[in-house]
Amino acid sequence: MPERTVAVASRVGLHARPAALFTRAVAAAGIPVTIAAGGKGPVDASSILFVMSLGVPSGQEVTLAAEGERADDVLDGLVALLSRDLDAPDEGSS
Amino acid sequence: MTVAGVGSVLHGVGVGRRAAIGPVVQVHPAPAVPDDSPGAGGAPESVRADLERAFAAVAERLRGQSERASGTMRDVLAATAQMADDPALRSQVLERVDAGERPVAALDAVVEAFAAMFQAAGGHLAERVTDLHSVRDRVVAAVVGLPEPGVPDLTGPSVVVARDLAPADTAALDLDKVVALVTEMGGPTSHTAIIAGQLGLPCLVRVAGATDLTEGVEVVVDAARGTLTVAPDEGLRAAVARRAADERALAADTAPGATADGRQVALLANIGTAEDAERLGAVEGVGLFRTEVLYLGRAGAPTRAEQAQAYTRALRALGGHKVVVRTLDAGADKPLAFATAADEENPALGVRGYRLVRTHPELLETQLAALTDAAAATGVEPWVMAPMVATAAEARAFAGLAHAAGVRTVGVMVEVPAAALRAREILREVDFVSLGTNDLAQYTMATDRLRGELADLLDPWQPAVLDLVATTARAGAALGKPVGVCGESASDPLMALVLVGLGVSSLSMAPAALPAVRFALRRHALGVCRSMAAAALAADGPAEARAAVVQLLAEETRTLLA
Repeated sequence: MPERTVAVASRVGLHARPAALFTRAVAAAGIPVTIAAGGKGPVDASSILFVMSLGVPSGQEVTLAAEGERADDVLDGLVALLSRDLDAPDEGSS
Repeated sequence: MTVAGVGSVLHGVGVGRRAAIGPVVQVHPAPAVPDDSPGAGGAPESVRADLERAFAAVAERLRGQSERASGTMRDVLAATAQMADDPALRSQVLERVDAGERPVAALDAVVEAFAAMFQAAGGHLAERVTDLHSVRDRVVAAVVGLPEPGVPDLTGPSVVVARDLAPADTAALDLDKVVALVTEMGGPTSHTAIIAGQLGLPCLVRVAGATDLTEGVEVVVDAARGTLTVAPDEGLRAAVARRAADERALAADTAPGATADGRQVALLANIGTAEDAERLGAVEGVGLFRTEVLYLGRAGAPTRAEQAQAYTRALRALGGHKVVVRTLDAGADKPLAFATAADEENPALGVRGYRLVRTHPELLETQLAALTDAAAATGVEPWVMAPMVATAAEARAFAGLAHAAGVRTVGVMVEVPAAALRAREILREVDFVSLGTNDLAQYTMATDRLRGELADLLDPWQPAVLDLVATTARAGAALGKPVGVCGESASDPLMALVLVGLGVSSLSMAPAALPAVRFALRRHALGVCRSMAAAALAADGPAEARAAVVQLLAEETRTLLA
């Protein structure tokens, strides 16, 4: 199963707005994706509740895993998303 | 449930003098639903369908509210909508229901599990537990067929009725559609009452039975009489319309405030937001810009740029008139998620107002910097004052910070008795003071502002409170520095005459109260105001003080003011 590890760039960590943007992107991808961090998980990465409860601070590494034909493409897209500061005011929310 | 019938009258404590008519819209509390509620009983398949529908409906409504909101509120509501839509929440609840658990119990168990994870993660995440619980309350209400909790979307002019309204509730209200506010709890100086006064809305607090009123029934709310009349007759409707016409006539007079013999008394407006500033008609200025509205109901403090933008808008709207800005007054009845300690047992006596500088100095620094940004952008220099200052040393420290940030005219609020007693020493450190009579009464009389049953003790006509106002005004006169009043008492025309007699140089109040105060001042000379002040100070109690002042009213004003 393809996996990627990436450090969360958002200043507030993976919570609130960044978590909302990330989980929406996962849901839009249409294949099951999991996320694990700091010894917690893996959990369903399309669930804002699960993703927020990981409590990932800024700079911490998370591990994403996906299954399915487009898994590599989807993971690359999500890694690119998490590498940006999703809490910056100019990041469009949808 | 007892439902008040046609023509029946409920009684409460009125705020303001106005009256209004409109249909009742109830703000619904979170439903108290027992785990074995029959609401969504029945076959597992139909329970499943009910739950699916409830999740979808709640998410949809929250998304709608988010789209109509702006700024942080928009983000918070969007994230809350996503929680209601959450696949894990949904699947775990449905799993439990499939295993035979009751829907409300299943929802509670799953929500509490997530809440515990949020709490364990701590920090910002712990604050999101409130959102999670609000999702829970909404879904439960939808499942068992109760009205959605919280402030409803208003579709037309409405009399909003609630057990109590939190500042966050009022922030969610579409105020253009509210014609009156009625609560069962609260007191005349509670948050709801102040917001109502601000908007010139008639308001009744402590109205027993108000939440039992039928949704949509037409009522007359009369703040001057403290009554709510159900399904009013033609005579009462006509009287309400006549009073509205009289109010408009008084409001047409916008000349600068002065006594009959020409002593100028600045009559200023209290505002809470840039929108309030833009809504103001012709005024002499703003004597209290309460900035905490910018901070309420959000997870983190507004940024310097965000604040500067709001202050710039307000300063620009006031077109060069005097503006007195009060720095953040959070704590006590206005807690902030990011600044108020959760474990304060006595928040009114705790880390609130200027005292936040001890725990969160960056809040004040950012705010002062934003204010000087706004001054630079508009060319209007606001006067800036700090709330809840108790000592001359605090006044000196605040003046130091404000001057360092580039603020030129610095003052402090006098709302702690210690500050009133040492007003002279405090005025040596700053350029002006402003009396906050609501808190001054609360602290002088050791009476919680939110305890309606103690309203008699909280009366600003209490001689002890008047003594402290007099002490402060004398200190101002001795040092030649302005002493204003920005508490609710300035909006009572009789009290306004007394305050001017005591030596107060400006009165700031809800804009709706200005016409009556202007009228009262215009018809009494400064000497009469001084006699009134002396009579009030000499009285034994609040009722006697008021009666003594009424005796001295000019004959032609008696019907309107007494």
